[in-house]
Amino acid sequence: MTWESWIVATVSRTLAYGTPLLLATLGEIYAERSGVLNLGVEGMMVVGALSAFAVAYTTGNPWLGVLVSAAVGGAFSLIHAFASVTLRANQVVSGLALTMLGLGLSGVLGRRWEGWPLLTPVKEVSVPVLGKIPVLGPALFEGQNLLVYVGMALAVVLWFVLYKTRIGITIRSVGEDPATADSLGVNVSRVRYLCVLVGGILAGVAGGYLSVAYRPSWTDGMTAGMGWIVIALTIFAFWNPLLGMVGAYFFAMLFHLSFRLQAWLAPELLKTMPYVFAIVVLVLVSKGTLQKRMGAPSALTIPYSRGED
Amino acid sequence: MSLPGWLTVERRPAPSAWVVFGISFAAIIAALVAAGIFFQAYGVSPFRAYGDILRGALGSELGLTETIRRMIPLLVIGIGLAVAFRALFWNIGADGQLLIGAVAASGIALFSGIPDPLLIPAMFLGGFLGGAAWGVVPAFLKARLGINDVITTLMLNYVAISIVEWLIHGPWKGPTMRGFAYTDKFPAAAVLPTIATTRIHWPTLLIGLVAAAIFFLLVQRTRLGFEIRVVGENPYAARFSGISRTKVTVLAMVISGGLAGIAGVGEVAGIHHMLLGPSHISLGYGYTAIIVAWLARRNPLAVIVTSFLFGVIMRGGDVIKVSLGLPFQLVNVFNGLILFFLIGSEILMRYRIRIGRREAA
Repeated sequence: MTWESWIVATVSRTLAYGTPLLLATLGEIYAERSGVLNLGVEGMMVVGALSAFAVAYTTGNPWLGVLVSAAVGGAFSLIHAFASVTLRANQVVSGLALTMLGLGLSGVLGRRWEGWPLLTPVKEVSVPVLGKIPVLGPALFEGQNLLVYVGMALAVVLWFVLYKTRIGITIRSVGEDPATADSLGVNVSRVRYLCVLVGGILAGVAGGYLSVAYRPSWTDGMTAGMGWIVIALTIFAFWNPLLGMVGAYFFAMLFHLSFRLQAWLAPELLKTMPYVFAIVVLVLVSKGTLQKRMGAPSALTIPYSRGED
Repeated sequence: MSLPGWLTVERRPAPSAWVVFGISFAAIIAALVAAGIFFQAYGVSPFRAYGDILRGALGSELGLTETIRRMIPLLVIGIGLAVAFRALFWNIGADGQLLIGAVAASGIALFSGIPDPLLIPAMFLGGFLGGAAWGVVPAFLKARLGINDVITTLMLNYVAISIVEWLIHGPWKGPTMRGFAYTDKFPAAAVLPTIATTRIHWPTLLIGLVAAAIFFLLVQRTRLGFEIRVVGENPYAARFSGISRTKVTVLAMVISGGLAGIAGVGEVAGIHHMLLGPSHISLGYGYTAIIVAWLARRNPLAVIVTSFLFGVIMRGGDVIKVSLGLPFQLVNVFNGLILFFLIGSEILMRYRIRIGRREAA
């Protein structure tokens, strides 16, 4: 393999695998920025994956599948929003329940779709002109699908919204100090519901990407723990969408490169790489004073109720 | 939320045991109704499904013993989780700790050469230590570096799954198993005795029952139990009263991981008699046990009751797989729904709705 083709392969696989991680991480960043931890990412992704596949398979239109996965992921996240915002239930347990429910429902309902290849997956696109640049062109602008670029654009847009607009200030204030936000007339519950919903929609699309673009098929439990890696990515992105993009791609690259160790390591042990990386990176970012300056939203996991406690 | 004027919502003083029991019971019924609606939508009569589950889990001797067989790992793990959750340590990794316990027991059974009479005790000890070691890593990472326990315990589940896969496909693959991905069968001295012809491996059950009593006393009556509660409920108070958060967290996870490891020993030495695919060793016991411990309100004695209930549900999953052709994954639907209704109902324990206007404070 020449070094050019090596770079092209690495970059393009990194983008392909990093995109679902990126989409779901962006969503989780918004949910957590508003003060709601949603551990149901894995569950929302997996129902998104099944619904996207089922719709794409039945209608032959993969984009309709992606749209439905957004709706289903979003609807699913509202269960968590209701439990954690309205009922003020424990967010850790509620998120776990959402994941169990998602894995269970998709396992039961998905059985009839198991093992059928999707004949009409999302098509790959090539960007004209840019694709002609040597090395970088084929690496970045050829053979990817539209969702890859949607993910990148979203990271920038969501970063801008979070840090440069009024909406972003509102979201962050709700996550840092809901009582003050409330006293300034912000509807804390509504902001939290909407942010959890954004998280659900993006996790649903991330799942849909897996089943109609990345690996056009449905298999039970096909998210294989990606939803948990997303929770970790949110932390090492310091709740910042742009760093979320860096983290998702970096992680995807490590994952891809670890396959080059095949000659030395048993395939079963190679599979542990993403999880080991996630723990190692968490250890690395926990060091030093970084955490004090760029830590978690202060009100994360704390339910808000006016005038109490 | 606005209510008619003659209704008031007020804070409930610490709810009595009966209120807690009543609300939990109602929550489970509500979850079963919700699951019934799902059955109906799926085209299966919920009455038929629940009838099959009850008959299959409780209605015959075989059914009841199989229910207890499923209950054993849930009981042993659930006690440990009750302790960990008291320290507000979110051990979502019991499934991985169970697998590492199973690996340790299998290694000792197959390769240690320990004399027969000591073999089973050594396997239990090894399983405890293996599970504890797997659980202590996240405990250290949380206590020392503040790293999120949910993520680390969960990630280690996936790592444990891969380790078992690697062992049974690679170095421990049994030469006598004709190419299947199992280890060899355990020697007879490494097989747990069962009650008559059932699959109830009673030594593990006994360990579970004794552990329930011991850890009930530990959390209620001992200094360590007190410290675990303080670390869980009020970490600041813990710091100022000189309680070592690291020590308490690590000890809670030695207990929690160790017990999950023992559950793993029970599964390989009591049921399968070899190390095999991780999805065969554990049907998600570590995850279901989270609900077992939560429903028991983190009380180790109450885990005896709640683990039996979830034994019924898991056995129910086996039964309707055969009678109605529904996938075992349905158990996860039950689990998710029950957990939602349980935590959703907790607001009723904190508040009550009264008829009458709020008295002027």
